[in-house]
Amino acid sequence: MEAPNVEELLVQAERDEAQKLQRITVHKELELEFDLGNLLASDRNPPTTVRHAGATPEAELRALARDNTQLLINELWQLPTERVEEAVVARLPEPSTRLPREKPLPRPRPLTRWQQFARLKGIRPKKKTNLVWDEASGQWRRRWGYKRARDDTKEWLIEVPGGADPMEDQFAKRIQAKKERVAKNELNRLRNLARAHKMQVPSAAGLHPTGHQSKEELGRAMQVAKVSTASVGRFQERLPKEKAPRGSGKKRKFQPLFGDFAAEKKSQLELLRVMNSKKPQLDVTRATNKQMREEDQEAAAQRKKMSQKGKRKGGRPGPGGKRKGGGPPSQGGKRKGGLGGKMQSRPPGVGGKRRGGVQPHGGKRRK
Amino acid sequence: MRPLTEEETLVMFQKIAKYIGENLQLLVDRPDDTYCFQLHNYRVYYVSENILKLAANISGNKLVSLGTCFGKFTKTHNFHLHVTALDYLAPYAKYKVWIQSTQDCRKVDPLAIVVFHQADIGEYIRHEETLT
Repeated sequence: MEAPNVEELLVQAERDEAQKLQRITVHKELELEFDLGNLLASDRNPPTTVRHAGATPEAELRALARDNTQLLINELWQLPTERVEEAVVARLPEPSTRLPREKPLPRPRPLTRWQQFARLKGIRPKKKTNLVWDEASGQWRRRWGYKRARDDTKEWLIEVPGGADPMEDQFAKRIQAKKERVAKNELNRLRNLARAHKMQVPSAAGLHPTGHQSKEELGRAMQVAKVSTASVGRFQERLPKEKAPRGSGKKRKFQPLFGDFAAEKKSQLELLRVMNSKKPQLDVTRATNKQMREEDQEAAAQRKKMSQKGKRKGGRPGPGGKRKGGGPPSQGGKRKGGLGGKMQSRPPGVGGKRRGGVQPHGGKRRK
Repeated sequence: MRPLTEEETLVMFQKIAKYIGENLQLLVDRPDDTYCFQLHNYRVYYVSENILKLAANISGNKLVSLGTCFGKFTKTHNFHLHVTALDYLAPYAKYKVWIQSTQDCRKVDPLAIVVFHQADIGEYIRHEETLT
């Protein structure tokens, strides 16, 4: 009784082995091309089974995908393996397919003023160490930046130099000098940037105090200084008897008094014709503004969806309590972009008449 | 004093067109003389060309009025039509009625007719040739 059982078992085991091998080995007419660095397998065999499948090729496609993935995995198993923290890992070779650039090559930038000067004089950059030994603190500190080695603004004792006023605040003087250096550096950086992009930098050419400036120049300098605040001069106080500047509003240009009467008549008749035509006229500015606003709203909605998806996926593996906290704030946050703004479903007939007329104050115009 | 801008002209024309409709172009484009609209101190004046040339010699703050005042623009750029425009609008008005003067209205008995040509259906039959 046991012998046939054992025989049966052996036969069964053989059959199982054969089946397993069948699953693992895949027969292909043309060998696949592998780029294991990118985990890529290219199958050049013509997809005859898929073509003959007809309307619903799902089963054939799935079989094809399974076979190709099996071959790729077989190749991966042949790579040299190593052990990284209790996981067996295969070391992938260098990728052989060259992927195209996502963005175009950057164009060469013009040299900064220092680079031009250094090139002229033949100055090469000297390699400096990152850390310097600081005697005062007795430790290695960085050469520049946060907690640097020799920060002269952080001195606790400064001797009054020989020729200086004893009442002068030396500490404030050092801080002021540092601010000036930073501002000068920033200005030079912006100038270099403007040169690279061929833009103009707003300059304070005639506004520095020289001691011999005319009344108008001083007035102009004062006006510019008033407007150069974060609120563009809106909350600047005035001296008790100082008068408000006149002519600081937006300048409007009107037609001359004795303009061309015929041209005026013609434009008025044209206006009348448009008014009486009873067909809605397309106001191009308003149409483009509306289009741009819709695009912005769509983009904002997309971004919100992405951030919501990311937050939801991150919150799921956490414990239940955390999930409750994470859910509502992300959804209850600012949704003004989607719902606010003008309605999008405006009937064309109603919108037409409004679009035909132009607001006297002028709508928001974007260039 | 200055000519009207596009937006101001549009607002004013829309108002006037409510009373005289397409006949507005007869006001703009007159066969006898060139008339234009000028804005002075928020008021719109309808003035002929030669009068305008004379008025240009008067300084702005001394000039009170010129031609015919059609109406004024409010601070929020709406246009209000004034009664002084009636003489120019009346010939072109689409729907008009005539009314007895106030003194006659007060003297006459309550059932007398005060408004003439109101819902005058017979007007077409009487003046068929002229009205077409």
